[in-house]
Amino acid sequence: MNDLGSGTVYTETVVYSPPEAYVNDVPYQLAIVELTGGRRVTGRVDGERAQIGDSVKFAEFRNNVAFFRKTITRQQS
Amino acid sequence: MRPVAVVGIGKTAFGAFPDRDLRSLAVEAGQKALENGHADASQVEAFYLGNFAGPSFVGQNHLAPYISSAIGINGVPATRFEAACASSGSAFFHAASAVAAGLYDVVLVAGVEKMTSQPTPKVTEILAGAGDLCGEVRAGATFPALFAMIARRHMYQYGTTREQLASVAVKNHQNGAKNPLAHMRKVITMEQALAGKPIAEPLTVYDCSLISDGAAAVLIVPLERASEFTDKPVRVLGVAQTSDNVALDEKDDITTFRAVKTSAEKAYKMAGVQASDIQFAEVHDCFTIAEIIAIEDLGFVPKGQGGPYSLAGGTCLNGERPVNTSGGLKSKGHPVGATGVGQICDVVQQIRGEAGERQLKRNTLGLAQNLGGSGATSVITILGAA
Repeated sequence: MNDLGSGTVYTETVVYSPPEAYVNDVPYQLAIVELTGGRRVTGRVDGERAQIGDSVKFAEFRNNVAFFRKTITRQQS
Repeated sequence: MRPVAVVGIGKTAFGAFPDRDLRSLAVEAGQKALENGHADASQVEAFYLGNFAGPSFVGQNHLAPYISSAIGINGVPATRFEAACASSGSAFFHAASAVAAGLYDVVLVAGVEKMTSQPTPKVTEILAGAGDLCGEVRAGATFPALFAMIARRHMYQYGTTREQLASVAVKNHQNGAKNPLAHMRKVITMEQALAGKPIAEPLTVYDCSLISDGAAAVLIVPLERASEFTDKPVRVLGVAQTSDNVALDEKDDITTFRAVKTSAEKAYKMAGVQASDIQFAEVHDCFTIAEIIAIEDLGFVPKGQGGPYSLAGGTCLNGERPVNTSGGLKSKGHPVGATGVGQICDVVQQIRGEAGERQLKRNTLGLAQNLGGSGATSVITILGAA
């Protein structure tokens, strides 16, 4: 699996009511990340919660799911 | 193409019915629609069924002839349509198209889902099968999570607020409380809606539609034969189905449903009407944000104005453009395969003047919007007094 690099949070949520497969993971943050280059990937955000516009960096794949970590908080205009 | 009319409607109550099986619900709705259209099962020339996940929810496959034969319809084409939550909307689109084309005269269209026999995490998993299993679902997306991400983006781009979302739930519960067939007939306050248990931020349990059992059916015929069946025919002025990508991360802009816009444009054109002509609508409020986006995509309000319009009461029973006078999926219930045809029944009921204390005065032109998944299928039906 290749490194997805970094990207920006396009949208996100924190899931409390999980599907059967993830009952032990809740609450977890799910996000659509717009990668550098424009492609969007749905993955998880580990650690500190991220908001729309925050920068995130790819951490690893776990069971084919991309995990990201927040790096920079979006600049408020 | 021949004009088509709805001449019979039939619905079961929506709710949690541990003692009812899938077939008995569908048979009840089908028989009610035949009775309502003064027709006999032997007259039916084709049976169209909408069902999302009967095989997963209850294990039964080959559902269309399983149900039609129990209604007494035998020897004719009986086919199941699956398009996630737009399954029976899709069945209706194909049935109406076949009657319009002259393939059949008398057609029964039904929708059914039996969901409450499974625990919520299992239901959540089955419903997630309408998303992209290799991408978003594997990452942990549920349908509430997908619509929560849509809501977050809509809030970010247009300033939509939690109160605006909650106002949709409060309004739909007000309407549903007056609907004898609704699943949750209770009024809720804005405070309750805002303080609901979180499901997927920013959505609480009050932003989500219900897990329900239920069925609905309609009998359709060419308009020229409608008077043989009823003195209150309702004309299908326009009906269109369109599609889009399944995965949310493949859509350029998730604050709008492209398929809803394209199907609405086609249906408006077919009916020869504009968005501003539509007097009332049943829209697919699987989540509160979905109703806000629906009224924008249908052209009832400008983009981004769905939230303020809802909070200001524009969609209330006595508002400028009543939406979901039935209580919507939020209060009436959402047995997913029954929802599309159920909405058509609700619009027909208003046009016939049979909606009881929810009856509208401006009731001659209504629209039903049925959405599949996070927007990969959309069916729009425009109905009018014949």
